[in-house]
Amino acid sequence: MPPGSVIAETSSVLLLLVVLGGAVIKPRGLPEAVTAVPAAGVAMALGLVSPHAAREEISQLLPVVGFLASILALAQLSDREGLFEAAGAVLARGRGNLLARVFLIASAITAVLSLDATVVLLTPVVFATVARLHARPKPHVYACTHLANTASLLLPVSNLTNLLAYTASGLSFTRFGALMAIPWLAAIAVEYVIFRLFFASDLRVAERRPPPENAQVPFFALAVVAATLGGFVAASALGVNPAWAAFAGAVVLAVRALLQRRVTPAEVLRSADLPFGAFVLALGVVVAAVVGNGLGDAVRPLVSQGTALPGLLAVAVLAGVLANLLNNLPTVLLLLPAAAAGGPGPLLAMLIGVNVGPNLTYVGSLATLLWRRVLREHDHEPAIGEFMRLGVLTVPAAIAAAVVGLWLGLHVIGG
Amino acid sequence: MTVVVWIVEGTWQACIDAARRFAQGMDVILLHITEEGPAAAARGARTGLLGRSHPAHDPGKRIEAAAATAAANLLDSAADRLGRPARRASRSGRAEHEVTAACADADLLIVARDGDLRRLGPKSLGPATRFIVDHVPCPLLLVWPDEPPALASMPPHPPPPPPKRR
Repeated sequence: MPPGSVIAETSSVLLLLVVLGGAVIKPRGLPEAVTAVPAAGVAMALGLVSPHAAREEISQLLPVVGFLASILALAQLSDREGLFEAAGAVLARGRGNLLARVFLIASAITAVLSLDATVVLLTPVVFATVARLHARPKPHVYACTHLANTASLLLPVSNLTNLLAYTASGLSFTRFGALMAIPWLAAIAVEYVIFRLFFASDLRVAERRPPPENAQVPFFALAVVAATLGGFVAASALGVNPAWAAFAGAVVLAVRALLQRRVTPAEVLRSADLPFGAFVLALGVVVAAVVGNGLGDAVRPLVSQGTALPGLLAVAVLAGVLANLLNNLPTVLLLLPAAAAGGPGPLLAMLIGVNVGPNLTYVGSLATLLWRRVLREHDHEPAIGEFMRLGVLTVPAAIAAAVVGLWLGLHVIGG
Repeated sequence: MTVVVWIVEGTWQACIDAARRFAQGMDVILLHITEEGPAAAARGARTGLLGRSHPAHDPGKRIEAAAATAAANLLDSAADRLGRPARRASRSGRAEHEVTAACADADLLIVARDGDLRRLGPKSLGPATRFIVDHVPCPLLLVWPDEPPALASMPPHPPPPPPKRR
């Protein structure tokens, strides 16, 4: 197929839709990679992406996948040490404003151990803790799922989207965090105010009876996570890839757990979620085909360069809309070449859009929601309306606040 | 004669106390509704991760299990406070629909106020309770979860409408 032709672009987009469809439908519960890897092979066989471009894409993504695998393993192994149970105990022990405590803990865990940790490991603990306090779980659980996205703005490790952008950006770890600190705080503050108003009646009858909780504080896991965080900063200052700090942290926890025979090697390997890594690489190749055959050129004029506020807002909104039409992962891969060319401003504005945008629906994108509706797999989807109303209120406001925060940061710290 | 007592986190104690006081001699059904939103939101958030995390770690499943335990514990606490035999009913779904349906054959429903508790006056009910008050097919006893505020907390009369101009 001639590169850049309409038929090449159409075929690439179709392949991307097959990959995303496969990830949502998961035929027979097989890993996403089972559809994605053959699709990447087809893209190469049809000449939609040259072997050279595919190799380049994979070599760029490989360190990101390794970084992600280390962070996922670090979070899973910390859970085994009881870190998340301890977070629940801290939540239960405080007095007064329970929602504020959920916000603090969920924001911190998302920022340091990634949104995956908040969704998979923290949310059930928050539910159980809040229920044990005889408070109403819904606002607190919804806060966890919202913050998993909104509070993932801060550090490169907080979200896979950030890792992809960070690797392409040339920003240092600390500079990334410094530029995203104000947007992170602004977006969380907006979420908090809207949650308090939206769930006013549920929150007014707050907890009544704080029962005593005695969870062991997992000092070792806590120390390893803190050391890893310090390692990110140190590695970044020394010009070493911070992925090594994450890897070292995961290895320390794994070796200790293996020596104490609390996990098996297979479980450690599973916690790093390697099939997902293969999926990311294959998705990267397919998106490279989509970008290379014309969509990249089409997108470039839409991504404004520089640090002017209207331009930053436009990039964030475009990214938020695309994240809902596709999913935030392909959106980042799609916009990355254009956004990275514009410098840190447009790049970080794009991240604000793709990270906060998924809160519009509780499955991460409108497209996924429609897929599920069409397939009628989840005929009985409860409380969609309420969650969507919450998303419609929070997403535009949080994106706007975060972009203004980014604009301020770029001018104070300098882009 | 049957009384349904809606047991909700945060306000159930007052409803049990009202049942002891006003529903002596009636058969008591302690009703708890588990909302499906939290488990669905957690499961959806995992879908949004596009397949990261092992299926064994489905947070939705963990929340459903924790919700069943929490509902049983809450109904146990309520039965203890009531101090006499009572039937327990645990349903899941939208609270307002489930409570209304559960009252089809009841002679009385006891519900707590959950709106603005700082004053006597409007926004007295949250959305679910508002729906129940509007739709329930039996008599209803609405109680304060705590001591009601003083009469002086009642908002003043609204000002008279401006005179119409011809």
